Amino acid sequence: MTATSTRTCTLGEFHRFEGGGKQFLYMVTSGAIFEMDGAVGAVVGLLSDAGMSPDELAERLVAGGMTWSEAAETIDELMRARVIVADDAIREPLEAPPADFPLQSLVMNLTNQCNLSCTYCYEFGEDKVATPEGKPKFMDIHTAKASVDFLLAESSGRRSVHITFFGGETLMNFPLLKQVVTYATERATEQGRTVDFSLTTNATLLTPAIIQFLSENKIGVTVSMDGPPDLQNKMRVFANGRGSYDIIAPRVKALIAGHRTRAITARVTLTNGVTDVVRIYRHLKDDLGFHEVGFAPVTTSKDRLYSIDERGMDGVLEDFHALAQEYLEYALRGEMHGFSNVSDTIAELYQGVNKSHPCGAALGLVGVGPSGDIAPCHRFVDSDTHALGNIATGIDREKQAAFLDKGHINGKYDCHTCWARPLCAGGCHHEAFVRYGDTGHANLHYCDWIRDWTDTCLKIFGTISAQNPGFLEQFAERKALD
Amino acid sequence: MKHLKGINKKARRIDAMVSASVAPPEGDVVALQQNPATPAQRPHVPMGCALAFSPGWEVDSAGGTAGLCQPVERDIYDCYVTCFWPAQVPDHLNNYPDWASKCASATKDWRNLDLVFP
Repeated sequence: MTATSTRTCTLGEFHRFEGGGKQFLYMVTSGAIFEMDGAVGAVVGLLSDAGMSPDELAERLVAGGMTWSEAAETIDELMRARVIVADDAIREPLEAPPADFPLQSLVMNLTNQCNLSCTYCYEFGEDKVATPEGKPKFMDIHTAKASVDFLLAESSGRRSVHITFFGGETLMNFPLLKQVVTYATERATEQGRTVDFSLTTNATLLTPAIIQFLSENKIGVTVSMDGPPDLQNKMRVFANGRGSYDIIAPRVKALIAGHRTRAITARVTLTNGVTDVVRIYRHLKDDLGFHEVGFAPVTTSKDRLYSIDERGMDGVLEDFHALAQEYLEYALRGEMHGFSNVSDTIAELYQGVNKSHPCGAALGLVGVGPSGDIAPCHRFVDSDTHALGNIATGIDREKQAAFLDKGHINGKYDCHTCWARPLCAGGCHHEAFVRYGDTGHANLHYCDWIRDWTDTCLKIFGTISAQNPGFLEQFAERKALD
Repeated sequence: MKHLKGINKKARRIDAMVSASVAPPEGDVVALQQNPATPAQRPHVPMGCALAFSPGWEVDSAGGTAGLCQPVERDIYDCYVTCFWPAQVPDHLNNYPDWASKCASATKDWRNLDLVFP
């Protein structure tokens, strides 16, 4: 008879946090969030310095006042939830998503032309990956229709799909946008399915007629905008260097007043000198009336003048905390706050996502450029290096598999000891490419920042769960499952 | 679960799975011969025939029993002495300590093993 070695119990992988007077565990191998009681606290306390055998652990718990059966039951429960693990427990790598993962979204770059010359633009700036030479500047209706057909064919099983219009400046090809909306709606309706639309724009070309069309067709609008005049005009300029604030402010106001069917979102790019998050938020939300405002630091290699240094990022984080606190106060009153960096994170925490890849690029989402080249996402559009086939010939499965293999969390060894990996999974493929020349490289330059932010959002999540759990129900629906 | 309350979707799925599970708790398998310094103070499942590969348990490569490395009769002792399995052999610890006393060599004397009548 084989004798088993005495096993040692140690703490599993989790991040402990507090919120609303309660204690919580964020489970790293699953993405689950548990509220814990005092018994769990006792076990975690006993094991925090060193592991011990289950028997010894039970004895210590009994010495602390539990009965034997309570102690056994507690240990069993925590083992099953993997709050504690035995030293011979096998670490399971995350599975790769199925090779035939159905598309959900397609980003259509209607044009690679733009009427602004924003210094930091990833499509035209110093760190660009696009190679548009010799390719069409505007998408034609043939390519656009083929893209719609491709999306519908490759998304079998999904009741609803999504098309995002992108650029360049999207509205420079508005006639095509209109045709695509009509065509895609017809084709989806024929199949008993639905398609919804959104677009990203710099707002310079908005007219009352366009606004009316967007509203009538329930097209979601994200405006790329950096804040009040002094900040907007720093980077978001015309080719002659003139700032764009005065042109877009009245158009944005007209858009928000005239488009009543979908939330209007502002997307802010933070750069060196454009880091005053609270002031930007106030202006965009209160003065201009955006429903939601989201922020992201500029994607850049680190020696660019407009990249934010560490001190700058600390300031950004401080401001994020202030707005996050405000979000929490709103949530506890049952009101929606417009700081979408929090709501986006909370939506993922609510589902308990545990990502093999940082985003849906080349999985549920692809980008298509004016030439019909398929890219992992809009940020890689028109780049020969990153193309995954062409809309005329279909997706190149080998290239797609290679891209996904590279980006899988299992290969990002730096991430394997990080508790924030279920949400982050190493971060943006494009950012990694710009920073490290490799889409599969973990974005190590923002790890501390990601962990701090995830912790902040967990605390908000825990506090809401403790004090106003009904608020979280709005995050129950998950679009990707439709 | 009693001590952990799931507050997101994934946690509630884990909760449902754990609550529905009837499998013996992980980590509570203790070999009979292990004799731990502090005996377990709670019910446990000893490690036995189902968990150890015991040669001679089944059939040989030809489908018979002649070529097994141990006689099939040995099986009965795997149940009788080293395993707790209650259904197949009498309880040798308390009520029938002498049940196998006339059967020193199972291959020769197995006929001396008789039924018991509680």
